[in-house]
Parts: sequence; C-alpha cells; structure tokens
Amino acid sequence: MISKVLQPARELVEPKEKVTLINKDKLIKVVKFIGLGFLEPLVRIGVGEEPRKNALLIVKSTVFPVCSILLFLVLWHYGAAYLFNVEANIKIEAARAAQGEAAALAMKECIASGDLSCKPNVLPSPSEVYEAAVTLWQDHLAIMAKKVAFSEKVAETNASRQAQGLEMITYTGRPSFIDQIKTSILTVFAGFLLAMVLAVPAGVLMGLSTTLRTSFNWLIQILKPVSPVVWLLLVFMIVKTLIKDPSLDKSFIISFVSVGLCSMWATLVNTSLGVSSVDKDFVNVARVLKLGIGKNIRKIVLPFSFPYIFTGLRITISVAWMVLIAIELLAQSPGLGSFVWEEFQNGANDSNAKILVAMIVIGLIGFLLDRLMVMLQRLLVVSKSEAS
Amino acid sequence: MEQVTTKDFGQVNTWLLDQPTMLHCKDLTKVYPTPNGDYVVLESLQLEVRKSEFISIIGHSGCGKSTLLTMIAGLNVISGGKVMVDDDTVTESGPDRAVVFQSPSLLPWLTVLQNVMIGVNQVFPHATRAQKSDICHYYLDKVGLGSDTKKRAADLSQGMQQRVGIARAFALKPKVLLLDEPFGMLDSLTRGELQDVLLEVWHREKITAVMVTHDVDESIFLADRVIMMTSGPYAKIGDELVIPFERPRRRAEVLEHPEYYDYRGYLMNFLNH
Repeated sequence: MISKVLQPARELVEPKEKVTLINKDKLIKVVKFIGLGFLEPLVRIGVGEEPRKNALLIVKSTVFPVCSILLFLVLWHYGAAYLFNVEANIKIEAARAAQGEAAALAMKECIASGDLSCKPNVLPSPSEVYEAAVTLWQDHLAIMAKKVAFSEKVAETNASRQAQGLEMITYTGRPSFIDQIKTSILTVFAGFLLAMVLAVPAGVLMGLSTTLRTSFNWLIQILKPVSPVVWLLLVFMIVKTLIKDPSLDKSFIISFVSVGLCSMWATLVNTSLGVSSVDKDFVNVARVLKLGIGKNIRKIVLPFSFPYIFTGLRITISVAWMVLIAIELLAQSPGLGSFVWEEFQNGANDSNAKILVAMIVIGLIGFLLDRLMVMLQRLLVVSKSEAS
Repeated sequence: MEQVTTKDFGQVNTWLLDQPTMLHCKDLTKVYPTPNGDYVVLESLQLEVRKSEFISIIGHSGCGKSTLLTMIAGLNVISGGKVMVDDDTVTESGPDRAVVFQSPSLLPWLTVLQNVMIGVNQVFPHATRAQKSDICHYYLDKVGLGSDTKKRAADLSQGMQQRVGIARAFALKPKVLLLDEPFGMLDSLTRGELQDVLLEVWHREKITAVMVTHDVDESIFLADRVIMMTSGPYAKIGDELVIPFERPRRRAEVLEHPEYYDYRGYLMNFLNH
C-alpha cells in the first residue's frame, strides 16, 4: 500500500533512479539465489547506495575472507620452504655420513641448482602446485587433440564397421585429469540418485509408521557408521555374482552403488524425522477432510517434510563426494580418487604437486555441489509458490 | 455479584422447537487412564442441539470443553456413551463435521484458493472444475478474500488466515460446524471483525454450529444458547442460558439491548463461582 502511494512521487522527482533501482534489486536477487550473497554490498555500492556502510560490509564479507586465503598461502609457502630445508639437510647429512665431506658438498650444490635428480621429496610449495595445475591442463589439451586425431583417422573404418554391424573402434588411451573429474562427477550423481531413490520413499514409509520406524531403527543405527571401505567390499561381493555381462562397466557400478549406500543414511533419517513430525494441526486437517493416504502424502506430508528431506539430501551429496574419492582410490575405478592414488604410487618429481591440485579441485567441487543443492532447493520453493 | 434473574431465563427459542435434533451427545464420557487410576475429564454428558441452532460452550481452561468438541469431530477417542449426528453414530472424523481450529491450520505451501479447494475436492468429487471453483470463490468472497485467492496462505496475517479457515469449513457444506476457540489467538479488533464475518456467512446457511470459547461477550453475540461447563475433572454441563436476540444480529444492537448485561452478568457469575 505505502509503496504504491510513494512510487508515483519518486517517479516525478527522479525518474531515472527508479530504473536502476529495479535492476539493482533484480541483480541482488539473482546473486543471492546462486548463493553468492556476499556480493550484495558490491552491487549496492555500484549504484551508490550508502557507500560507507556498504564499503564496511565489503571489507567484512569479501576482503577478510580473501585475506584469510592469502594468509593461508603465505603460511603454506614458508611451511613448504622449511620442510624443504629440513629434508635437504637430512640428504646432505646422509651423503656426508656415507661418502664424506666432498659428497656432502656435491649434494648441497646439486640441491641448490634445482636439479631433479637430487630434489628433496617434500610438501610442494604453492607455486609448484600452480605449475602442476598448468601441466595438467596442457596434458588435457594434448590428449584432446590426440582423441580428435584418432577419431578422424578411424572415421572411415568406423563407418564401414557400423555398416557391417561391428563394434566401433574407440579411443582407449590414458584419460586426462579433466576426464577423471568428469568420471567422478558422473559417479557421484549416479550414487546420489540411487541414494535418493532408495532413501526418500523408505524414509516416508518409516516416518508414517511408528512400528516400521522402531523395527528398522537398530538396523539403521548399526549400518550407518559402517566405513565406506567395507561397503565397497560388500557391494563388490554382490555385484561380482549378479553382473556377468562384460559389456557393463562393473567398476562404475560398484563405485556408484557403494557411494549410494554410504551416503543414503542422512536422507533416510531426515526424511523419516520430517514425515513423523508433521504438525498435529495438519494431521487433524487431513483427518477432517478424510484425505486418502496418497493424497495425504502428496498434499501434506511431502510438502511439510520438504525442508527436512532437502537438508538430508545436502548431507547426502557431500558425504557421497567425500566417500567417492576413497572408494575410487580403493576400487581402482577411474576418477579423481584413482588419479590421486596413481600419482602417489608413481612418485614422479611433480606427483606431490599434482596430488595437491587434485585436493583443491576435490574441495572446490564439493563446495559447488553443496551450492548446487541450495540453489535447487530455492528453485523448487520459488517455482512452487509461483506456480500456485 | 448478585444472581441475576429475568423472565427470559430458562426459555427455549420457540422457532427451534419444530427443528429436528441434529447433534446428540448421549452419556458422553472421556477417561484418560493414568498409573494412579483413571482421570475422568467428562462424565456422562448430555447435550442436544437442534438443526440450525448455534450454541457456544464456555468454561474455564482445562474443563474439557475442547475435549468435548474434538470427540464430536471424531478426532478424539470416545471413552463412553455416543455422539450422534443426524441420527448416525460418530465413529471417525469426516467432512460432515467441519472444524475451524484455534490456529488457522492452513497448509502454508498452498494458495488461499487451494486450501479451500482441497476440501471441496474431497466433498464434491464428481463436480466439474468450474462448479468446484465457484464454491470456493463464493465462500472466499463472503469472508472478504475474493481478491486474494492466489496469495500464498503463509503470506497472510493470522486474522486473514482464519477467514480462510472459516471459508474452508463452510465450503464443505457440513451438517455440523465445530469451532474450537476460533478467535482465541487474535487481537480484539480482528476478533470483532471475524465474529461479524462468521455471523454473516452463518446467517445465510444456518448450519448447526457448536463453538467453544472462553469469551463471554463472544458467546452471547454469536449463540442462540450458551452451555456453561463446570470445571474438571468430572466436568459436566452446569447450566445453560438461552439468548433470544433476533437474527440477523448487529453488534451495536446487541450491546445496547436492555437485557445484554443481565445475560453477561449471569454468565460471569457462573464462571466466577
């Protein structure tokens, strides 16, 4: 009411400002929606709104976090340098003990020259990790180029093979780092979907019936804390027997099923909690209206427990991502986990740096997955209120 | 305060005499078993309400008046005796006994219209979409929400939500309308407004209504008869008072009625003893 009354007046005084105001509000809405709410003061200061207050807000919401990251990098840099010196001294002392002063001096010079043959194997510094990241990216580009060349080379053969009904020839070379990331993301989504398909309906059933809830409570409490490694072995035992078809990707199936089984518990418990805590008033409304069980679930139980279910799904996807790395590492199925493991076994001079690149990428993707879930939740809530 | 007596007290509203009984509670008893023996909330309560009669039940908090209402609604297990609505014994809850709850109990994720529609869909499953929509819009208009049907229930004020609650109950075309302290959570201004709204919609339909309240003025203004319940345990009907004011009632006229304060005094006197 008040804004309706005020708006024409503002239009008369400053017709131009109104346009920017709407854009600003829209922009803030979008920024908040995608989970980057910390940019809000930046937008506000951009249109010249309360510069002092918003500048302070920027310092608080953006500058401080950036500073903390810089501080972390500095600590990392000096920590790595310290470890380098410790390891170098050990090497020099070892040379001195084994072969005398001359060998120690030679070793010292060799280390100072940066020669790879005598480089101490320690925690890599931030700059080394950056270089490793660049190497991995270039490696990816090279592999991509190889793939394209390969598919051009076999295009003719493949066409004729297809005509004969034979299997196509596919590129079987080493996957790049980016390919590994893609495989991991695919696996985590498959596992997440499996967890959702299993846990949400089971949680609804358990939430509706106290008998079911108490019956399965012990089993769930026992299965929930089981380590992902054990789940992997269990799934391996079962999948090995069930799937004999060689055309199916067994390692993919094993890893996504294990991921699903490890991560579904949060959703299961949260869904059943949400469903069982439906407000008594709503239960009474359903009873007075004599809603059938299906309608009751669709119209009352699910909308009420939606926030609980989503909290569960958010935990599930972050757990899924966390256990996926461990499972890939163990199952030797392609992905970031096996990348890390292979680099560790490999022991090349930039292996440690590559492992740290993988660590940062794993962290960032985990963060993005969580943001994605938050966005999805907002999207569903918004579209629900708009559709109605 | 002196016990007030006037010639009207104890009379029956004569227009009700040729109405059939709509709601009948026979020897209605509610017992909660406890480790220290049974806790008797209501004992052998008798209540008869005629078709198109509006009664209100007053009593102190915890006297079991809400228990009585929920037993009629079928939301609370009946320990003894029976409730009959239109000669059918009540066994479970159902839309023939619509309830307006103390908290509006709207489904906050639905719109105003959807909240009413969900009930209409249950009661008139074979009606066309247009017919059902007409029913919803009719009652929403009557409670003054005709232009807010697309708003989300969660975005309305408490008072506006309770208007939807009233529309939802009437749209079920129930045999008995049960109101469980429907305005208890509202401020006094909104409460007055909603009493007017309720009375206006009710006057067109004359649905048998039972309202639980602890507001003496509200009970006189709305009801044809006020049932006074004694304090629990072993609560029963202590007294009843017929309010013969003409309908349709207007608040100002009721308040200025020469006998209004006699009735009010009578009820206050009962509650204070």
